[in-house]
Amino acid sequence: MVGHLVIAPVLLPMFAAALIVALGDQRRASACRAVSLANCMALVLASIWLLVWAVSNEPAVYVLGNWQAPYGIVLVLDRLSALMVALTSLLSVATCWYALRGWDTRGRHFHALLQLQLMGLNGAFLTGDLFNLFVFFELLLIASYGLMLHGGGVARQRATLHYIVYNLVASTLFLFAAGLLYGVTGTLNMADLSLQVAAAPIEDATLIRSAGMLLLVVFAIKAAVLPLCFWLQEGYRTASPPVACLFAVMTKVGLYSILRVCTLIFGSDAGAGADLAAAWLLPAGIATLAFATVGVIASRSFGMLVTYLVIASAGSMLVGVGTFSQGGIAAALFYLVHSTLVVALLFLLAGEIARERGALGSDLLPGPALAAPVRLGVVFLFAGVAASGLPPVSGFIAKIGILQGVQDSPWAYSAWVAILVSSLLTVIALARAGSMLFWRAGASASVDGVPATAMVPLATVPAASFGPVWLLVVALIALTAGARPVQSYLDATGMQLMSPANYVDAVIRPVQSDRDEEINVDGDRLRAGQPPAGTTSAQHSAYRTAL
Amino acid sequence: MELLVASGIGALTAAGVYLLLRAHTFPMILGLTLMSYSVNLFLFAMGRLAISAPPLISDGAERYADPLPQALVLTAIVISFGMTALVVALSVRLRFDSGSDHVDCTELVPVVPDAPLSPESAERQ
Repeated sequence: MVGHLVIAPVLLPMFAAALIVALGDQRRASACRAVSLANCMALVLASIWLLVWAVSNEPAVYVLGNWQAPYGIVLVLDRLSALMVALTSLLSVATCWYALRGWDTRGRHFHALLQLQLMGLNGAFLTGDLFNLFVFFELLLIASYGLMLHGGGVARQRATLHYIVYNLVASTLFLFAAGLLYGVTGTLNMADLSLQVAAAPIEDATLIRSAGMLLLVVFAIKAAVLPLCFWLQEGYRTASPPVACLFAVMTKVGLYSILRVCTLIFGSDAGAGADLAAAWLLPAGIATLAFATVGVIASRSFGMLVTYLVIASAGSMLVGVGTFSQGGIAAALFYLVHSTLVVALLFLLAGEIARERGALGSDLLPGPALAAPVRLGVVFLFAGVAASGLPPVSGFIAKIGILQGVQDSPWAYSAWVAILVSSLLTVIALARAGSMLFWRAGASASVDGVPATAMVPLATVPAASFGPVWLLVVALIALTAGARPVQSYLDATGMQLMSPANYVDAVIRPVQSDRDEEINVDGDRLRAGQPPAGTTSAQHSAYRTAL
Repeated sequence: MELLVASGIGALTAAGVYLLLRAHTFPMILGLTLMSYSVNLFLFAMGRLAISAPPLISDGAERYADPLPQALVLTAIVISFGMTALVVALSVRLRFDSGSDHVDCTELVPVVPDAPLSPESAERQ
């Protein structure tokens, strides 16, 4: 059993954040840094344990306060959530390590906000309750507002204001959707929702489907799907490099939620809510990919190019998820792991390049020669090959997987064209960016009348600062070398997602205790697909007749 | 009562959306606040409207109000309160740093009417 370890990814960062605030990052800066980094490493250890456990077991349920589902809030650890928590933890180490170089002193409370953000992310991945998901979303968002502002300046403030307002509207929609689902089904527990939606009478179908579509819109905003992705570019481009590195996993929260809700609550056996998103996700993914590719080609700075790669990765994953087949989902998850690591690496690289080029930043203009061209160039080449999906790095395996996963769908041809053309254009854009940054260095150019060659690099890169970059490179190489075991894990994850009955059984389990006979009866009824005899629904029918 | 509550929620949301689209920080914050009010009322109504019915078990009560939406509303109020405070702080800061209260910082106005623009804002212009 994993027991209390399931809640560790939520509690560890919470206590670490409290400790950091108590220590005070002005007075005891080094202690705060030590606590933060140590906690990120502890999270990696905990998440590896959870991941290993999830390989060989059915979903584990952690019942908060021992209030049994569907009345209480539960955390659920299955293969998907274990994977997401592990990915977040790995990224947190790179972020924290990179920030130690000096970024964390360019504003206050960096480490406390980082830990709170991790708490929100891990909570969102683990929770089995829809309203609790909302609360964790808000937690990770409010920490991300602070992180995005980190470093200050008008450009950051303006981008963050847009980001906040966009997300506040999304939160309002989330509440409308959650409220509507509760009003119709009388529950917010996701496993119970799965049963209630499937058993809902046909006259409730319109309300349930409207609520589901509202939820999809909210998650599409987080995942940066085409018409709802315009908050992302400025925000990610202006964010400081370690923050942008962590934000690589932020859009994946949206994708995770889409995957969770669409397979568990609105799957193909969901009666009134069946196949809610099936007609939408694949075309939306193709459109997002096409839009992002145009953005990649048109970007005039390397930082902007990487933000469009984030959107492109969201589109590619959506193409895989949109098939709602086990193979498509497994391929999309492989792409998720790969693209998160690659985008994080590219953001760190953009930060390093911008730092060496001084006032030019990462703009694609001829500038001063870089201080460490070979080291940066090799990493750039590696990351570029990985990002555009060329062999032999994991991006190639991921893209092949998605091409194979989508081949039985009616959108197969459009998806193939979109993915292949997008890969080609990404290669061209990255090659152009690379030759501008590395080869045309020292050429004559000027910014605001100052010749670029006259600009002195701000500082040379200390060797230690390359640590987090190498960490991500090693992670990508490991993903490539270990593609087979990873893929078999993800295949099983896809299988688990496509048969939500296991998840539901694990959560709505009759309690084997004499004292809780009532709940036992409820559990059996729920498992038999009958409406629960619990207070909630009894009350509801009472209200309905009373009104 | 249902008609009253439903149209109230609709009117609040409509006003909120209108103010949100004004693209200046102050009306935008008011719009967000109105929208959070409307969503709180909506959540409350999702527990069904019941008059003089206690939410907790008490003697002599014939019927009960659903306590869960009330707890949800409480959570939502706390969160939206914190978020509003953050947006207000950020908007004030942006107003003084950029010299504009437009969300894109495009319309520069001096902080004190008739005062010259600060050198920084003038430079941006």
